[in-house]
Amino acid sequence: MSIKKSLIPALLSGISTVYFGTAAAEQERFTVNHAGWQTECGSCHVAYPPQLLPAASWDRIFATLNDHFGSDASLDPAAAAGLLSYAQANAGRATAPAPLRITETRWFRHEHDEVSAATWQREAIGSPANCVACHRAADSGDFSERGIRIPR
Amino acid sequence: MTRIWALAGILAALLAGTAMAAPPAALLPSLEAQARQQDPAFAGFSAERGGRFFTEKHGAKWSCASCHTPDPRSDGRHAATGRRIAALAPVANPQRLTDPAKVDKWFRRNCRDVLARECSAAEKGDVITYLLSLQ
Repeated sequence: MSIKKSLIPALLSGISTVYFGTAAAEQERFTVNHAGWQTECGSCHVAYPPQLLPAASWDRIFATLNDHFGSDASLDPAAAAGLLSYAQANAGRATAPAPLRITETRWFRHEHDEVSAATWQREAIGSPANCVACHRAADSGDFSERGIRIPR
Repeated sequence: MTRIWALAGILAALLAGTAMAAPPAALLPSLEAQARQQDPAFAGFSAERGGRFFTEKHGAKWSCASCHTPDPRSDGRHAATGRRIAALAPVANPQRLTDPAKVDKWFRRNCRDVLARECSAAEKGDVITYLLSLQ
């Protein structure tokens, strides 16, 4: 790769950072510095960074944990309240409507528009919820392009 | 002085940690008492019954084995998300069944997913007995 070609993405990401600040769509690394969030959310799926959904979405999700996308993910009320306030304090930009799934957000669809339906269904991936199948460092909040390896 | 208090704090935390972690078999006596209360004819837990309960479906889409695999000594995989689930059998994963609050939480959630109701004390005791029987 020529130096010029490799510089373009770096320049572009620099520009987008300047123009869009910390909007989730442009951010690739998140800090999930909450042990409860990591254990409670992270036991069934990647502990999705709270920045990836608006506060209204987290409200809806926490109000329906006993039927969480087909599974019972109920928590005792004190634990749930603590996690919800962490989510609200770190939530992403408000959108209308507030989606329940990160995969329904416009930026998610945009970022993954080159991934075919067949790829999502590969044995090692299984579901778009399985971030870590391709974003190998997703568990530590790192979704940067450099960390992507799509399994065959 | 501050240092002494810090050390005392660490020691207290360690002791508290030790007190919270109990061997898996410590879960059984209270389940046994509950099982007797729920059914006067209760005649003890059975690893064999627990194994069947674990692999069979109970009217819903999933069995325990759907996520934990038919061999709980192996790592499992969440049937919906693909997330790796560490092995459930204490022989393969010594941390399992040592935190009663965690055991309660997961029986509550997973029984609702698998049976659309909470599990009885007898069912929980059978499953724990089964998991402990695996070598």
